[in-house]
Amino acid sequence: MIEVKDIHKTFGDNEVLKGISAKFEAGKNNLIIGGSGSGKTTLLKCIVGLHKPTKGEVFFSGQNFSELSFEERVPIRTEIGMLFQNSALFDSMTVEENIIFPLNLFTNQSKSEKLDRANFCLERVNLKGKNKLYPAELSGGMKKRVGIARAISMQPKYLFVDEPNSGLDPKTSILIDELINELTDEYNITTVVVTHDMNSVMGIGEHIVFLHQGQKWWEGSNKEIAHTDNKELNDFVFASKFMQAAKEKL
Amino acid sequence: MFYSLGRYILLLRLSFKKPEKFDVYWKEIMREMVSVGIGSLGIIAIISVFIGAATTIQVAFQLSSPLVPLSIAGKIARDSTILEFSPTISSLVLAGRVGSSIASQIGTMRVTEQIDALEIMGVNAPGYLIAPKIMAGITMVPLLVIISIVLGISGGYIACVVSGDITPADYLAGVRDGFDGLTIRVALVKAFVFGFLICSICSYQGFYTTGGALEVGQSATRGVVYSCVMILFADLVITSLML
Repeated sequence: MIEVKDIHKTFGDNEVLKGISAKFEAGKNNLIIGGSGSGKTTLLKCIVGLHKPTKGEVFFSGQNFSELSFEERVPIRTEIGMLFQNSALFDSMTVEENIIFPLNLFTNQSKSEKLDRANFCLERVNLKGKNKLYPAELSGGMKKRVGIARAISMQPKYLFVDEPNSGLDPKTSILIDELINELTDEYNITTVVVTHDMNSVMGIGEHIVFLHQGQKWWEGSNKEIAHTDNKELNDFVFASKFMQAAKEKL
Repeated sequence: MFYSLGRYILLLRLSFKKPEKFDVYWKEIMREMVSVGIGSLGIIAIISVFIGAATTIQVAFQLSSPLVPLSIAGKIARDSTILEFSPTISSLVLAGRVGSSIASQIGTMRVTEQIDALEIMGVNAPGYLIAPKIMAGITMVPLLVIISIVLGISGGYIACVVSGDITPADYLAGVRDGFDGLTIRVALVKAFVFGFLICSICSYQGFYTTGGALEVGQSATRGVVYSCVMILFADLVITSLML
């Protein structure tokens, strides 16, 4: 489980996060949603340690991550997998090398064991046989899937996903969402997804935190979201005509 | 300026922390050595031969007096090549070729979140990305400078054969006359320092890139300019300290 307590983050005079507290449970898809500039990605980066919160604490399974040094964080970091918005694959490495990279650094597995693991991860994301391709040779959806394969290569306890559907067509978006959902259930991972894609919210949002102007504005599940009277959340969720029509049918 | 200097020193300190796994870093060092060394061999060979040839012809022209033995031209060309042209000019060219490549490579990794990905995994990103480049710089630049010296002096010989301003025999006599090993030591110290400056300054510029493609280009340009200025400054300091 991951817990954030009273997270504040300021860049210069701009206070992006204003005291956010939340709990993200294991085996659940935890979604952080909100409009552009609401602080979703900043919160995610504070949780994983890419940004140092101005104030507040982050706990991974009860351990205070915020007060650890870089070296002390390494054991927790090896339990973290992250899929970045643009996949962030190492473009000088092949797909296989990307997946094996963390195994090379943090395990003592033999070459064949590492290759088996890479093949397993690629098979899991339906990219069997794409080992020798370079990121430049992959489509956006394939890059996301390789990013997921790399994220799960170390069998993480925590999976962070930043905008998994950006730049993808609706069908591929659903495939990625389903994959994240399956992995979360299969390995009982604590998954935190940052998104503003309403298909993801309705599809996999077991626990949703809605951010507005740097604050936690609402918290609940995808079943509750359609019936909320929170004005800002309603404005966000039902902004499109399609979603308005869907709400009327509910 | 002090903020940047402090950040540069802290980055270097992080770069030389104990590696997570030595064999992974060793492979990176080898890869960078090939990139810096073998990759730059062609351009270094070309500039060395031409600079050596031009220097010899110019020195011969300036010393065209019946009172000065022509072999002096060989001696002056040799010492100029060893002390200044090979280490400094080669390093300025390497700052353009290797430095811009380092800054843009690391800068691109920064703006495409690849460095964030390394940090999330628990990898010491400065150590993995910068230390192998600096190691490659401080080993391969001195090697390139040695090659440059040999080719520069050979270029001078070719100029003698082709132009006929000095006879090859006079040139070779001058090259052999009064050789002092200190000049080679100075050249190697310069090469070592210049290699370090090129790789560390350009890595620093790349590592702290923010923004997108435009900023990556600006980082590469800044890296090359600062490296060149620091090479010239270090050249002056080393020359005045060692000679």
